[in-house]
Amino acid sequence: MTPSLNAYVILSAALFAIGFLGVLIRRNTLVIYMCLELMLGAATLALVAFSRFNGTEDGDIFVFFILTVAAAEVAVGLAIIVALFRLRQTIQVDELDSLKR
Amino acid sequence: MESIAFVILSALTLACALGVVLGKNAVNGAMCMLLCLAGIAGLFVQLRAFLLAFVLILVYGGAVVMLFLFIVMLLDMQGGQPWRFRRAQVVGTLVSAALLICGLNLLTVRGRLPSPVPPAAGVGSSLSYYAYQLFTTYMLPTQVIGFLLLIAMLGVIVLSRRHRDPADS
Repeated sequence: MTPSLNAYVILSAALFAIGFLGVLIRRNTLVIYMCLELMLGAATLALVAFSRFNGTEDGDIFVFFILTVAAAEVAVGLAIIVALFRLRQTIQVDELDSLKR
Repeated sequence: MESIAFVILSALTLACALGVVLGKNAVNGAMCMLLCLAGIAGLFVQLRAFLLAFVLILVYGGAVVMLFLFIVMLLDMQGGQPWRFRRAQVVGTLVSAALLICGLNLLTVRGRLPSPVPPAAGVGSSLSYYAYQLFTTYMLPTQVIGFLLLIAMLGVIVLSRRHRDPADS
């Protein structure tokens, strides 16, 4: 008995929701970044499940691209966070509010 | 058998994702993320995407989580409340939860997703298939991704240089 496509979709929706919750309620920029990665993981899971249940492999190729883009994104984002920390000595999102004033 | 593995893997994935969101310590969060990615890789194996599971562990577990841990080590960020609950957050959480519940309800009640085709035995396991696709059908995206990686690398180098303040010199 293999799990149905619905199960995979619900799981990936739940994972995406947890990641989104983290983006909403956390204050630490690094943890927000980790939660973004979780959301990307949920999207890849849904892609692989859909492509497998449709009998194709195109989704897998797209997951390849998503992984590559995610790696590049993490590198650039963490460099930005480090530069921000050098400049402001903090990475809590509440205290990074220069644009609000 | 596969159902049991699915339940265990999905429980591991969701629990570790919650650990990332709710854990106070960023190091614990990174470790939870590693376990969560291991769970996703297990689900990939169940979906017979063996190569993707391997690449996920290699890229995410090996590079991304390590980078996160390194940055957590580099930046000292103790103290302070880890969560924030303002009105915007609460409203956003409620609205997205309502949308999610509506969507999942529609999916289960009247969803017409493709009927479960049991994954074919040989599908997804061949590296040569991926390579062939990447260099024929998806040639342009592959090159674009290559340029993207190059640009990201240059961007990181530029960002991580210590900029001299023009007022100083």
